[in-house]
Amino acid sequence: MTVNHQPTSAEPITGRDAGPGTVLIVEDESNILEALTFILSRAGWDVRGHGKGDTALAEVARVRPDILVLDVMLPGQSGFDILRALRAEPATRNLPVVMLTAKGQAQDRDHAMGLGASAFLTKPFSNDELVAVIKDLAPALTDRPAAAGQG
Amino acid sequence: MKPAASSDITGSRIREQRLARGMKQGALAEAVGVSPSYLNLIEHNHRRIGGKLLLELARVLDVEPSVLTEGADAELSALLDAAARSQVGLGAETDRIDEMGARFPGWTALIAAQEARLQALDAQVEALRDRLSHDPVLAEAMHDVLSSVAAIRSTSDILVRETDLDPAWRGRFHRNLHEEAERLSNQATGLLAQFEAPDAEGGSPAETVEAMFDAAGHVFPQIDAEGGAAIDAILDQTPGMDNSATRAMGRTRLMEYAADAALLPMEPFVAAARDVGFDPVTLVGRLGVGVAPVLRRMASLQPETGAPPTGLAICDASGAMVHRRRLSGFALPRVVAGCPLWPIYTALSRPGQAEEAEIEMPHGARFHAWAVAEASEGRAFGAAPALRGTMLIMEASPRDRPLPTIAAGPGCETCARIGCDARRGGNAGP
Repeated sequence: MTVNHQPTSAEPITGRDAGPGTVLIVEDESNILEALTFILSRAGWDVRGHGKGDTALAEVARVRPDILVLDVMLPGQSGFDILRALRAEPATRNLPVVMLTAKGQAQDRDHAMGLGASAFLTKPFSNDELVAVIKDLAPALTDRPAAAGQG
Repeated sequence: MKPAASSDITGSRIREQRLARGMKQGALAEAVGVSPSYLNLIEHNHRRIGGKLLLELARVLDVEPSVLTEGADAELSALLDAAARSQVGLGAETDRIDEMGARFPGWTALIAAQEARLQALDAQVEALRDRLSHDPVLAEAMHDVLSSVAAIRSTSDILVRETDLDPAWRGRFHRNLHEEAERLSNQATGLLAQFEAPDAEGGSPAETVEAMFDAAGHVFPQIDAEGGAAIDAILDQTPGMDNSATRAMGRTRLMEYAADAALLPMEPFVAAARDVGFDPVTLVGRLGVGVAPVLRRMASLQPETGAPPTGLAICDASGAMVHRRRLSGFALPRVVAGCPLWPIYTALSRPGQAEEAEIEMPHGARFHAWAVAEASEGRAFGAAPALRGTMLIMEASPRDRPLPTIAAGPGCETCARIGCDARRGGNAGP
């Protein structure tokens, strides 16, 4: 299920900068998802949201994001399992992945980094931190062929 | 606490002898037929031993039993050494320990006893710290709190900074903020209830009994070997059992353990459970006994048998937990009630009918649960039977047969499912 966040009466969020690419956020807490979607949209990203763990891999294959923001505690399948599966697939082996966790424990961070996460944010984080982390990962996109065929 | 008598340090001597032979704890445990966790308790002087087990340990270690029980002098020196090493800066004259022992035996024994007590307290602090960091109720509650705080922080930041925000978005974010504030307030109240549990003074009887089961890894080899005759010795060795209510509750639980052990002796039970891939449903069918004893016995299987980790909950007809074995990730609240959707509660409405279900926690962790309620026969004509629910929990595995999933939680006070119809205090709406 893809979560639709935009109030029907609101104008679509338009980026202020030239769009650097697509970010997919997998997060089951709808209020967090909505806020993060807004923030990254304002920063110029084309943002897609997804609320379930067990269908997240299919959503990644469908959306083909440039960056994935992935919560650890998800219904259906944990963020760790999803990250492990992504790293095992040639197509997503190098996809930049930012892990989100509420536990903020060193062992979670080590676990995520061990599985190949590109960055890690501990809830509660500030919006600036999120934008900075995503921006840091963005230069890596220039190495990619311009293949991002997001619809 | 009483001073360390020589019998209090027999465990240290067993450990010493084992290490001197380069033997692994597991290997020694296996050779004498006890679980490694039980041997670990013995070696750290948390369990007194004697009789057959002591003779058996001496035989395997190839020493005279007296080497393990006597020679308190050597043990005394070891404790004094440890005491000196823990306070190096004070400059204790370690080279004159023997002289001190000879001249001041009373003071020497006192120092050794205090060192032994310090070591025991250290172990206790370590155990409590470990429990706090692994308490699934606290972990789940903290996760929910942090999630709400994260939503509030991001949302309020947008509202403050985005001056040209579209009114529809502004309204939406205000609603989200309100919703998260409500949720946070519920979670904070729930968390407080956990901390205000009436066990600050050394633990309630149920807590103390649970601690006894936890320390033993929920298995009592002495009862498995000797039956109910071993119960008094176990209670004597357990801290906190001098309170009569606690001791009575401990005895009740251990008598139940003894009855289960007599009905389902450990060795054949392990073999049968392994044979059916530790599936309680098949196991009940194969053994032809009641469901509840099988569920309780499954919760006593040790990791070395290959059994997956298990949780166990036993509640009375009011739903209050009378006994728990906690399982990581599955919060079994200590004082407040659990989730009304758990099969242990639905089973109470149909005594004798066993329930099996898959439970999904609010954050996606999945568990497989088996539950049944039993009614004990009334003791007189017209007397109501006592009803009791038993639930076994394991992490769900992809090999499980497909089951209907219950979208449940850790109990309403700390649950993130605010739109749930079963929520105490009402559904907070979508």
